[in-house]
Formats: sequence, C-alpha cells, structure tokens
Amino acid sequence: MREEAEIIRQEYLRHDKKFPHVWCPGCGIGIVMGALLRAIHNLGLSKDEVVLASGIGCSGRMPTYVDFNTLHTTHGRSLTFATGVKLAKPELNVISVMGDGDATAIGGNHFIHAARRNLDITAIIINNSTYGMTGGQYSPTTPYGSKSTTSVYGHVEHAFSIAELAVTAGASFVGRGTVYHASHLDKLIGQAIQKRGFSVVEVISNCHVQHGRRNKLGGAVEMMQSFKENAVTIGKAAKMSPDEMADKFTIGVLTDIDKPISTDEYRRIAQKAQRKADQVARTKVKNGVKRYEE
Amino acid sequence: MAKQTQADPKAPVTSLAQSDKPAVEEDYWDNQQKKQGKLFDVAFFYDWCKACGLCASLCPRKIILNDESGKPYIEQMDRCSGCRFCVIHCPDFAITVKDRFADRRRATDEK
Repeated sequence: MREEAEIIRQEYLRHDKKFPHVWCPGCGIGIVMGALLRAIHNLGLSKDEVVLASGIGCSGRMPTYVDFNTLHTTHGRSLTFATGVKLAKPELNVISVMGDGDATAIGGNHFIHAARRNLDITAIIINNSTYGMTGGQYSPTTPYGSKSTTSVYGHVEHAFSIAELAVTAGASFVGRGTVYHASHLDKLIGQAIQKRGFSVVEVISNCHVQHGRRNKLGGAVEMMQSFKENAVTIGKAAKMSPDEMADKFTIGVLTDIDKPISTDEYRRIAQKAQRKADQVARTKVKNGVKRYEE
Repeated sequence: MAKQTQADPKAPVTSLAQSDKPAVEEDYWDNQQKKQGKLFDVAFFYDWCKACGLCASLCPRKIILNDESGKPYIEQMDRCSGCRFCVIHCPDFAITVKDRFADRRRATDEK
C-alpha cells in the first residue's frame, strides 16, 4: 500500500517541470494544490477528464505542475477560457484556479457573469489580499488601513468579500476555507467539483512575503495561527454578536442551491429550434414548395 | 426533576462511568500507542524542502525540530502519532508519513 501523499507526488505532478516549485517558502498555494489533488484523487476522477485553467499571478503557476489537461491563460480570463472548454466538451470537469486580483479585479466582470450564467465550472479563488507576484500592490481584498507598495501610508479603500459576492451573483455552491484547515478544504473542493452548477471555493491564504511583512503580521507560521484563531464556522458565527465577529470570518458552505445550468438550457433551446425548423421544412414539402437545400 | 432522574435509566450508568474513570496518566498516549504497536516513520524529501518551518510549528506532539538551516528533523520518531497533519500542510510535498513495518516483506511498492 502506498500512502496517499506518495500517490499524489508520483502520479499527479509533472516531474519534468522544475521542482521545488516557484512559490515562496511557506506559501499557502502549495497547500491548496495539495488539497485539490487529494480531492480529485478521492473522487476517483481520471486525469484525462479534468481540465485546470488559470490566469496570471502566483496561482497561475499551478497548472504547470499538475498532470491534468491544463491551460495557462491571460490575466483574469481564466473563467472565459474555461467557459469555452465547457461548451465544447460538457463531459469534462473544468476547474478554474484564480487569485484574488485575477478573479475580482481584472476578471471581476467575467467572474460575476459566470456566476450569473451558472455554468458547470468550479472556481477556486486563492485570496491572499495582495498582488504577490508583481510586488505587493493593493488588491480588491486588501483590508482597510493595511500597507502595501501602492498604499504606503495605509489603504484608504475597503475590502469586499469574494464569497458573499459570489452568493449575490447567483452561484450554486459557495464555500470558504483557509489553508490552515486543509482537510476541511479538500472536502469543500470535492463537494464543489461534484456540484452541478457554478461552484466557488474561496481559500484564505497567506502572503507573508508581500502582505505580512509590510503589515507586521509575522511569517508563514504566525499568519497560519491567525487563520486558526480568526476562522469561525457558520453555525458558531450565528450565535456570536457583530462586535465579536469584527475581525473574524466565517468558513464552511455558505450556499448550496440547485439551479438549471446554462449549457443544458442552451442545448434544450437548440433542440427546440431544430424541431421547429424541421416542422417548417415538412410543411413546405407538404405544400409542394421545392426545397433547395436537399 | 428528581423523579425524572430516577426514571431515566441512563443517568446512574453515566455517573458511575464518570466516577470509575481513572485520571489520565501523564504518558497515557505513549503507552496506548505501544500497546497497539503502531509506530510511524516520517520521511523528509530534502531536495524539495524550502525550510518554511510549518511542519515543526504545526506538529501536535512537537517532535519535528529545525536544524541550523531551518530544515526539519526528528529525534524521537517513536512518539509520532501518525496524524498526517504535517503531510497535508506541507506546501512543497516533501513529507511522507508511513506505518512502520507496513510493507517490509515487499520489494517494490504496489497499488
């Protein structure tokens, strides 16, 4: 018997790419990648029926290392390429990995409209509250007052919550996890892949090199401990007062609803239109009109 | 209230069980593990390790230590409880935890 970790390392990683990977020591993206691989391994999907698309950024390096059908696309357009793959081959499991700037700033429009259309895509959004790869500029999820390269004296804008945005935009499944709760995370990702409909998993991750260093949040270990302290499950959060919830965030499944999927609806409409066209052609033949097409 | 507790058959049983339960010994889990005979081996893949220190800080038994360069090592391997918390939290896929003597008679790994 091989260990699960051995199977993942030997079969799901591309060893011809340069390992160890490019992410900083202690970066949460490696943990998210491990959780994703474990989720796919536990679901029993073959490597050929999974498509992993990503945009630009630290998270954009993830498809390079995993041995699925992978796409490394332009900035913020991970979901648009994933939409194209899903429309062409609906039998594939399409997963789109994005960072917080990738999903909500550059690709924000694509994100909310993919949620509104309810395509059968799984979006994993790794939220580390900064643009890590380009040098620590502020992103839409940078908290108010925190320092970054482009807000040296403190950020003046307020952050918004990606998971609640996805709920409002109409996604079928929305979950939030952290990199500290790694086994919870691979359950969440497994549920999201199995769910038919647009499913979003927001993962709170650490960027101790760009975000933590400038805001004196400590290294990877300290940020990981802060996730442990600040993460509250949804059941527990309902009993807490708003003052207690001030610096905390909820983890777990935020919404899980069943809605018709746009690709299925599109097919149904296409069949309907085809039937109508056939009917028109048949009546023309009956009335003695010559059909030039045949 | 008194009537209810008398009528409830489970109430005296639970109270008895609580009173009879011995206080937890200091090395209870170590003894328990030796009784079951379950020991684990932790292997670090140093080529991929970046010395981030997550495994050492997250280990519930605190047996993973860091050397001068920050790379992890274990002195008391028998104390490992096999929780795999370090395996799932390693960003670099560099840790493997195995049951000791699980496949000692086998030359190669099988599926």
